[in-house]
Formats: sequence, C-alpha cells, structure tokens
Amino acid sequence: MPAWLDGAACLPTSDGNEKGERRVKAAAFDYVRASSVADAWALLARHGAGAKLLAGGQSLLPALNLRLSAPDILIDISRIEALRGVTVSPHSVRIGALTRHADLLASPEIAAHAPLLCRAVAEVAHPAIRSRGTIGGSLANADPAAELPACTLALDARLHVEGPGGARVIASRDFFTGLFETALHPNEILVAIEIDRQPASVCGFAELARRSGDYAIVGLAAHGAIAAGVWTELRLGYFSVGTRATLATHAAGVLTGGGTLLEAAAALEHDLQPHDDLQASSATRQHLARVLLRRVVAEMESAA
Amino acid sequence: MSLSPADLPNSYIGRSVPRPHLARLTQGRGLYVSDLSLPRMVHVAFVRSPYAHAEITRIDAQAARAMPGVVRIVTGEELAAFCTPWVGVLAHLKGLKSAPQHPMAIGRVRWQGEPVIAVLAASRAQAEDAAERIEIDFSELPPVVDVMAALDPARPVIHAELGDNLAFERRLEAGEVDAAFARSDAIVEKTFTFARHTGVTLEARSIVADWNAGEQRLTVHLGSQAPHMMQNIIALHLGLAEPQVRILCQDVGGSFGIKVHVYADDMAVAALARMLARPVKYVGDRLESFVADIHARDHVVHAKIGVSNDGVIQAFEIDDLTGIGPYSVYPRTSAVEANQVVNLVGGPYACPNYRARTRVVFQNKAVMSQYRGVGHPIATSVTEGLVDLAARRIGMDPVQIRRRNLVADNAYPCASASGLKFEALSHHASLDKLLAMMDYPALRAEQAALRARGIHRGIGFASFIEITNPGPAFYGVGGARISAQDGAAVRLDSTGAVICQTSITEQGQGSGAIIAQVVATAMGVAIENVRVILGDTDNTPYGGGTWASRGAGIGGEAAWQAGRALRDNVLKLAGTILQAVPETLDIVAGAVVDADGGTERMRLSELARIAYFRPDTLPPDFQSELMATRHYVPRQYPFAFTNGIQASYLEVDTDTGFVRLLRHWVVEDCGTIINPQLVDEQIRGGVVQGLGAALFEHCQYDDQGQMINANMADYLVPMAGEMPDIDVAHVVSPTLESALGAKGAGEAGTAGAAACVSNAVNDALAPFGVEITEIPLVPELILRALGRA
Repeated sequence: MPAWLDGAACLPTSDGNEKGERRVKAAAFDYVRASSVADAWALLARHGAGAKLLAGGQSLLPALNLRLSAPDILIDISRIEALRGVTVSPHSVRIGALTRHADLLASPEIAAHAPLLCRAVAEVAHPAIRSRGTIGGSLANADPAAELPACTLALDARLHVEGPGGARVIASRDFFTGLFETALHPNEILVAIEIDRQPASVCGFAELARRSGDYAIVGLAAHGAIAAGVWTELRLGYFSVGTRATLATHAAGVLTGGGTLLEAAAALEHDLQPHDDLQASSATRQHLARVLLRRVVAEMESAA
Repeated sequence: MSLSPADLPNSYIGRSVPRPHLARLTQGRGLYVSDLSLPRMVHVAFVRSPYAHAEITRIDAQAARAMPGVVRIVTGEELAAFCTPWVGVLAHLKGLKSAPQHPMAIGRVRWQGEPVIAVLAASRAQAEDAAERIEIDFSELPPVVDVMAALDPARPVIHAELGDNLAFERRLEAGEVDAAFARSDAIVEKTFTFARHTGVTLEARSIVADWNAGEQRLTVHLGSQAPHMMQNIIALHLGLAEPQVRILCQDVGGSFGIKVHVYADDMAVAALARMLARPVKYVGDRLESFVADIHARDHVVHAKIGVSNDGVIQAFEIDDLTGIGPYSVYPRTSAVEANQVVNLVGGPYACPNYRARTRVVFQNKAVMSQYRGVGHPIATSVTEGLVDLAARRIGMDPVQIRRRNLVADNAYPCASASGLKFEALSHHASLDKLLAMMDYPALRAEQAALRARGIHRGIGFASFIEITNPGPAFYGVGGARISAQDGAAVRLDSTGAVICQTSITEQGQGSGAIIAQVVATAMGVAIENVRVILGDTDNTPYGGGTWASRGAGIGGEAAWQAGRALRDNVLKLAGTILQAVPETLDIVAGAVVDADGGTERMRLSELARIAYFRPDTLPPDFQSELMATRHYVPRQYPFAFTNGIQASYLEVDTDTGFVRLLRHWVVEDCGTIINPQLVDEQIRGGVVQGLGAALFEHCQYDDQGQMINANMADYLVPMAGEMPDIDVAHVVSPTLESALGAKGAGEAGTAGAAACVSNAVNDALAPFGVEITEIPLVPELILRALGRA
C-alpha cells in the first residue's frame, strides 16, 4: 500500500462504511491561516484533533476531495516565511520545512551540499506538484512510498520540531514510526531539516516507477563515504518496501565490513519486510531491492 | 494517373489545414456539458452499489432528505414509472440474449457501481453530502467474476430467467482445417490473455436533460458520438415521440467509443428531468467513471496455428471466451467485439483454413462494450503472436513469414477465410515501406551487438486490417435504429460564406475540420469562409454520427456530394447572370471564373447579393437554389477495409521486468488522406491507447467483484514520458466506391500496437526461451516468466 491513496484507504471513510463510495468533493471544513509558528500552536490547541495542518497540500487536498480525510478545520501554515529557505552554515545545511520541492531542485546550495536531495526531488511526482509540495509536508506525512523520508534516513538528517513545550531535535531514524505516523506530538510542528555537510561523501539514488512521476514500486536513496576503495560509512534508505522508509543496516554493515555486493544483497532480507500490493508481491519487492542495491552501490563506487 | 475533382488547384484535400475550432478550444471558450448551467437546474449524485452481486433489502433515505439543498431522492422502483427497461440484443447476432435493464437497480444489484439511488440537490456537493446519509442494507450474493467461472454450473446464474450465463456463441469453419493441421510441419498452440481495461476520456461522461412542460419537449445536452441514436432511444423509453426529444452534442472531450452507448445513469437523468420537470445535470466523476463507463477487452483466447517448413501458414484456429458484465450494452450489444475477433483473425493472410468459436459470458463486473478498435487488438495480437511463434519454430525471420503469407497486393478484390470482402489492400507495399523506415537490418545488427553486452532489445511486427465505414450490416440489419448513412446540407449565404450542417459529430478528433476542408474544396471557396454545424438533432441532417472510423469516409463523402451539388447550382445561377454556359464556368477562391483561363467573372458575394436581394433582375422562370443536401452510404461493400503494419523496438530490463519503448513505426493505408496531420495524430493517439493496453491499463478486480484500482493513481493510463517517438507513413489505396476515396483512420493505431509490443518483448526474451502471451506486460509478469519473481 505505498501510494497515498491506498495508505489513506486504511482510514475509515467519513460514513463509516468500508465499502462506501468514494467521492470527489471534499466534505465541508473551516479554514484559517496561521501567521506564525506560535499562532499555529494556538490554533492547534484550540481546535484539537479535528484540525489538520496545511502546507503544500499535495497529499492532503486529494485525500479531502476523496473524503478519505474529513478534518473540521485546516490550519494553513504555508505563509509562515520563517519556515522557508535553505541556510548553509560551516558544518550543516538547514532547510526550512516549507521549502518547496521546486526550490530544492533549483537551489545551488542543495546541489553543492546535499546532492542526494536533488536526485530524489527530480523523481517526486510532476512539476506542478513539485511547485507546491514542501519537504516538511512530505516528511510529516510519512508516506512509505515517498522519496524524501528515505533521503533523510540516508543523510542521517536531524529534524527540528517546535511545540508549545519547547523545541527538540529528532534524528531521522527515530522520526518515522509507522504507516503515515511520525514521532511528532499532536501540537508540534516540524520547522526545519538539518543535514551535516559531508564533503567527501558520495550519494546514489534509484527508483523503479511504472511511469515518470508515479510512486515507485521500490526505491533506494543511499549516502556514504569510501576511503581507499573501502566503504567507511554507508546508509541505505529504502522506500516503498513496507509501512515506512527503512534503513537497510545489515546490508550496509556487510559493505562497511568489507563484504561483497552479493553478500550485501543477501543481507537485505534481514532489513526489509516489504508489503504486497497491486504492483508487486513482497518477494518481487525483495528481488527489486536487491537489484537496486547492486546498481546504486556500483554507481557510487564508480563515482567515488 | 487520372485527376479527380478533389485534385482541383484550390484543393484542401491532402493539406494539414489548422482545425477551425482550435483557437476557441485552446482559449478555454469551448462549451462542454459540464459548463452548462440552466435556470432551476438540479444536480444528481448517484448512490452506486458497493457490491458486485446483492439483494437490496432496505433503503432508508430519511436522514438524507433532511440534508441542506436536497430536492428529491429517487429509487429505481420510483423511476421505473418514467422509463421502460431495455434489452441489448441485435437480431443478426443469432442467439444473443440479455436481460431487461433499468436505469437504476430494482431489488438486486449486479455490478459494483450500478446506480441504486439518485439524490437530487441544488448543488453536486449537497447531493453528495446527502448521498452519504442514505442507508441501504444489502444481502450479498456470490458473484461471478472470472470469465472462466461464468459457465461453471456450480456458479450462480446472474439472470435466472436466461437459464445460464452464456450470452452469445458463434462458430465458424472455413476450408479444410483438420487436414491443414495434419500436413503442418509445426503447430503452435497458446492461450492469449487480454486484461479488461477502459477508455479514459479527458472529459467524463456528462448530461444535462431539460424537460420543457410548455413545449412538451426534452432537450438533452450530452457528450455523445451518436445524437440521432440517442434521440430515438430516449424517446422510445421515456414514452415520447422522437420529435419531442432534441439531442445537443456541443464540445465533447474525447470519446473513443465510450460515448456511443446507452448508459443507465444517462437514461436515469433523462427520466429524472421528466419526473421533476426541471433541468437535471450529471457529470461523471473520475472515480465513478471507472465503474460506470464501459470496459473493454477481457478475453481469453486459446489459439493454434499450423505452418509448413517453407513458411506457408496452413491453418488458424481460435477459441475465444470473453466476459461482458451483467448486461449486453444497449443498443450496440456486447457481442460485437467477440464477433469481430472471429471475423478478423488471420485477416491479413492468404490462408483459407480457419476454425473459430467465441463465447460471450455474463459476469458481475462493469459492463463491457465497443471501445476504439473493437476486437481488432485481440484478433491482431492473436494472429500476429501466432505468426511470430510459428516463424520461431521453423527458424524463419518474422519478416519473411509475413512476406510469404500476406495477401498479395494484386490479388484484389478478394475475401478472407471468414468471408470479409476486400476491395483493395496494400500489405506488401506497407511492409516494404515500414522496413525502409526502420532500417531493419541495422536494427537487427544493433540488437545482436547489445545482446552480447547483456542488453535485451526486441523487434516486433504486427500486420493488421481494420473495418471502417460500416453500412447497415453493422446494426441496421439487426434491428437497431442506428443510421448507417450520413447527410450534409450546404448553403451559400448572402455574403458568399458557406455553411455546412452535417450529421457526423466531433469529439476532438477534428471531424469538423475534415468537413470544412471537403466542403471548401467541393465549392471552391476559402476554408475560412466555411462554417460547420454539427451535433444537434434539430439542426443537422439525420445520420449515424462519428464512430467506427466512419466520419471522413461516410460523412465526408456526403459533404463532398452536397458541396458539388451546390457548386452546380451556383454555376447555373452564374450562367444565367453572366449569360454563359454553366459548364464553361468554375469556382476558384470564392469567385466564379472562366473554366478555361481562369479569368474572374464575379465574386460569390455578388452572386449571392443578386440571388437574395435582387432576384427581380433574374429571368422570371429562374429560381436559384443556394442550398443543397446529399446523403451517402456505401453500397457495394458492407464495410471498407484499411490495412497497415506496425513495428516496435523496445528494451526489456531482465532484472526488473521493466519494458522501455524505444521507437514505434506505423505504415497504414486509409485511402485518400484529407488532412495528413489529423490522420497522423489519429494514428499516434490510437497507438498510444494500444500501448496503454500492452503495458499499463488494467481494471483489476478481486474475487468478490470489487474493482480495486478504480482511481487515477492505481489505474495506469499511458503518459507522454513513457511513449516512444511514433513514426507514421502511408500507402494510399482509395476506395473507388466514393468520389473522395477516404476509408477512415480512427482505429488503425489501436489495432496493431499491443500486438507488435508483445512480439517485441518475446523477441527480446528469445535467448531465455520465454514466450509471454498476456497483456498488460507488467514487470511482475515478465519477472515471473523469467523465473525471477
């Protein structure tokens, strides 16, 4: 169930009938625009569980129109300018949560310091969706088939969140807790993604999608470092292989331990428990994950 | 070569004239049914069955009635008083049976998506809100889902009164089939599987029906291909006289055959408008379109070919089984596709020995009926798949086996084993042209070089024939009131402008442009001065509409004849005014000229001025007739046939099962080409729909009859990113039956595209000994065949 639609189909429909007719008009909802992060907290506190945050809206609005989700109110955070943009500091790159996919794709800073994101964002949907979708929205939505959660795993990113109780930093490996579920508390807002600058690193990315812009059947975002022909560091972030983006630590460990690609591919079975869906069985996904590992790692090794 | 009147110096025939409607449509000034808003109009949302097969045990609409904006909530039983049921059978499809179908289910539902209740409200959103409050209790019945299961006596019978689930069966035997197989050196026997898919039009089906009690007339704005057919049917089932119904088909956003059928929800809207005496609007949404529009294909064909070692095809044999949902679709039926499969298998080849059977069965899925290419993709995939596999068995190149067996270009007129009559086809000339276009030897060399590096590319061919320009043999002889002929009325206005009313319709393919070109040429006026009116039963001649690739060949010919008749009338008038013999005059660029020398004698505007405003200056016994009407239907042949050949070059990733289309070539022969650009784009669009079937499109059902991918995220339509360049070329063999010689080009692309992709995939996978005879060719299917999934 990698596509947002299938994931969302797990939610009860508004009439409680699991075979209910899906429709293309949203149920009535209220709308309010938040002027600041603090304003958004206040609105979240006021409206409770019936509220949803609206960022780029590229997953939320289709879900509303299909009546797969029927919140009472949308709190629009998309005009909070403080949450947008890329900042480079001596040791890290900080990406505001409302930075749009198209901005990432056009950013020379991202190209220089986090090229994996450029590779991945180019595969996210279509230009119209990239013009509105945001990195924070994608991460907070935690779609298991989305590219960006897997990228943050591969990049070992730190996710900055702020709530009325204060700010905290969540490691990407602790952020994605389940199908469309994250470690965010109900009143917290993801404000930025921070990635360490890793000058001597190499990245790789590949996904197998039936059509350009479709959710992948399986995808891999990889990041690491090679010294004297040996992997000193490697993180393999898989997506569309189960309920959430997943780090393949066993396979990566085989390679950093000096093992062969074939051994690493075999170790994937300890890392991934892929799902079955209309596109591919779990076994086919395992097979395709192995194919991607061989291809991506070989590409990274030849680039290093 | 002799010149025809179409070869006039000021001819638009054969020129890529821009379509007159293009600016209007691209500037957003089209008028689609969904744009319409009438005073007192209400919107309908249908509550559709969530089950494939169930009894309706209770309906509670109490809460829904209290919802804001709700005007009326109507059940199938209530609506039955306003609309009689219909049965989708045709007399010439002997034995075809179906059950009476109502606009909305009464008592029992038979497919997921069948309309059950209509909710009418002031807005669509309010109707949908109210629809969510309706409670219906269903008692589920075991569904018939798989075609193979439909004839199993242990499975339920969907319509008890019909006795079984077999809707139609046809057998055909030609030549000496058993003897031919006995003398064959190689026999290939395979089962070909074709998934169910649908036609996804940009504009969903839409209707506004408006009952005017004062006039006692129903005006229906409908996205349809066949307005006069719909006029007849709506009148018949609503208990009205035909003149009481007017059908208007303004801009229509794509059809592909989807919009040529009678749909339960459309009939419901017409009946609701009568019931409420208010305009009622229904615009299908994309999700319900997947279960409310017709589906197509869904065939399993067990097929066999016998070939001798010299490459001569000895015999074909097929046994086709196809599932059509719970009803045969009205009025064209759901047996025509299967009938076409029987007619068309082996069609391009000179092989007299052919045995066929088809069985058409009921099942609890969405209804199936005619979609672009009707039966052709099935027949072509089976025939061409068998021919390629036969060539492989005897070690012959796929081009050589075709060269040996395609009907010779000088063998016409002739008939196929199934009895199809061919006037003039060009299989060999088309093959020659195709091979030159694709540089076949170079491609084979590239394939071999890449194969050595583990890159697996394949080349596939598909010759095909296509039925076009059907006369009454399609529907009329079976009792359906679907006009086989079309008409055109052409008139000269007072300024010299020309107006043509035609009975064919336009759904985006450019049929209006074709008519304008034909009329401008026939009359000798600039195309800018020709306006085409279509899609209105009040204001066009009676005719069939646009389907079965008949717009140019039948409607175009009627327009040509009408244009020539008006030209003759104009020259008679000019002769009177100029005191010249009409035969010595011509019309060029909007002016009457001397036929010999071309000296301008008078502008048409001046001629029209005299005719309309100063007839007193004409001789007292002369009456000008500046409007001419002609109708046309082919008489010598029951259908025209076009032919062609397609080729695909593609790469199979044997690790992932992904197929990448690299190039696609088409050579086709549609007779006279009126507008090369429109023809080429028809071919390309048709190819893309065929490629969709080959690789992507599939209405997937679970074992309870639930369509599980009924949305645009999970139902994959072909998109530009995956499409190859499609090179199109032509051989031109005009039909001699008409002055224009056009045979139709709407479906040729779809006929052969999937077949050559399948053959190319099998060619790529030849080193693995893999032969796949199933579409769509999804990655998992290919991986499974390779033993990798």
